[in-house]
Amino acid sequence: MTTLDETAPIAAPPRPAVRINWVRLAPLFYTIGLFVLWEVGVRISGLPHTILPTPTRVFEAIVQYWSPIWKNSMQTLYTTVLGFLIAVVAGLGIGLFIGWSKTIYAGLYPIMVGFNAIPKVALVPILVIWFGIGTVPAVLTAFLISFFPIVVNVATGLATIEPETEDVLRALGAKKMDIMLKVGIPRSMPYFFGSLKVAITLAFVGSVVSETVASNSGLGNMMASAQSNFNVPLVFAGLLMLAVEGIVMYALMAWVEKRMTGWAHRSTMAN
Amino acid sequence: MASPLVSIENVDMRYGGPSGTLAVSGLNLRIGRGEFVAVVGPSGCGKSTLMKLTTGLHIPQGGSVIVANSQVTKPVSIVGMAFQNPTMLPWRTTLENILLPLEIVEKHRRRLRSHKSEYVAKAEKLLETVGLKGFGDKFPWQLSGGMQQRANLCRALIHEPELLMLDEPFGALDAFTREELWCVIRDLHASQDVTIVLVTHDLRESVFLADKVVVMSARPGRVIAEHMVPFERPRQLDLLYEPAFNEMVQKLHGEIATARAAA
Ligand SMILES: Nc1ncnc2c1ncn2[C@@H]1O[C@H](COP(=O)(O)OP(=O)(O)OP(=O)(O)O)[C@@H](O)[C@H]1O
Ligand SMILES: [Mg+2]
Repeated sequence: MTTLDETAPIAAPPRPAVRINWVRLAPLFYTIGLFVLWEVGVRISGLPHTILPTPTRVFEAIVQYWSPIWKNSMQTLYTTVLGFLIAVVAGLGIGLFIGWSKTIYAGLYPIMVGFNAIPKVALVPILVIWFGIGTVPAVLTAFLISFFPIVVNVATGLATIEPETEDVLRALGAKKMDIMLKVGIPRSMPYFFGSLKVAITLAFVGSVVSETVASNSGLGNMMASAQSNFNVPLVFAGLLMLAVEGIVMYALMAWVEKRMTGWAHRSTMAN
Repeated sequence: MASPLVSIENVDMRYGGPSGTLAVSGLNLRIGRGEFVAVVGPSGCGKSTLMKLTTGLHIPQGGSVIVANSQVTKPVSIVGMAFQNPTMLPWRTTLENILLPLEIVEKHRRRLRSHKSEYVAKAEKLLETVGLKGFGDKFPWQLSGGMQQRANLCRALIHEPELLMLDEPFGALDAFTREELWCVIRDLHASQDVTIVLVTHDLRESVFLADKVVVMSARPGRVIAEHMVPFERPRQLDLLYEPAFNEMVQKLHGEIATARAAA
């Protein structure tokens, strides 16, 4: 605590009812602090707008170009969320399939790792050849880049069922399907919801990369063209919008996670 | 005499292929219907393996395991199992955990939906028996280790198994809770028509509860001695302080020490 307490006696009297919750407010203060530091730093060093604009200049750009920024932000959000949703469905499906048996897990895992090692930027040209430029490759890149963590997490949740739990159920005559439905899937849900936070962040990376090289719309494309016009404040405005969208979606996923798997935060299984 | 419920004849079980660990070898054991058998032996001698062979979780490479007059080739569904580790599912309440076997066992799973309240009443009665009345809607993490173990027992019993297999179920409990649960198990065995196999490291527990104590050799495990427990039922906890009781515990202790040394 950084409050002044030189007057605090040993037996503290009841504090005033209105107390500032510094922990809750910390993110706000730190964000403001960052912007202030940025503003002051740029002004003191005298860097030109074309290299590093001040935040006030960036906010000016946001106001000035609000209509295209809004339109492109929505486009990026749309491609990202769509790619992410496909990744959720496919990731859940593939994860369940891989986690189903130890053999499938062992066989497919290295392939998945190899696939994940490929930089997804390298796939954008192929997607453009197949689907042309625009929304489709952006959605697919977002999907490709974000489905891997979901698969790995779901599969791991399934593949790490305690052998004793399995024994108890098998001794009752449980089929593989029963064990998956009663234990495997509920058990992998915390892993699944936990992976959504990582996946949504990656989805933004995928869609923006694809928009930057192969699209006529979206924040990636807007920033690329602003850059070629030396409109650096607009580039930063795009980055700021991406950051905002990223934070909002991340917070949403964290909230979903907490709502869906509250038990995992209480029990010892959370690991 | 009627044929035994469990009959294990000359069983060999090796883990991990032909060059793997030979866990039990030349194992012979008969368990009569309604009998209470305790299995003791040095650590790693194959007691848990014996449990898994009996329930059909493992199929032996040699010999035969016969349960309820038929050769075991897949998991037999007349058993309830409880391990040292309670393995409660943390996303289900205690009551839902206890009802889990009913969702699996063929006989009950079809009736469960239509007779839900009947089964819930039964689970609540079991909870009351083990001293957990009113804890049904708590989650496992809200229970202490001892309470979880009690709930675990209820789960092993809910589907009225003919054969109850307990693998060191009281290992992690304090002495008082353990004695309390001994009495729960004792009363359960007295009041119901159930056969119980209990694996334990606690020799006093084995003598107090069982009709027959089976001593196993060090790995590869086989049965080296079977002792009938002479004490009259119903047994009270006072029995633990009688000389004859302690004599028997000491004799078992000596046998296991010898078996360990022989390894
Ligand atoms: N799944 C397994 N794979 C390979 N070896 C195993 C496996 N389970 C048990 N074993 C081996 O078989 C032997 C007997 O194991 P088991 O678990 O039956 O012993 P135990 O008598 O129950 O021991 P404890 O009293 O310590 O519980 C041990 O030597 C162990 O190493
Ligand atoms: Mg064991």
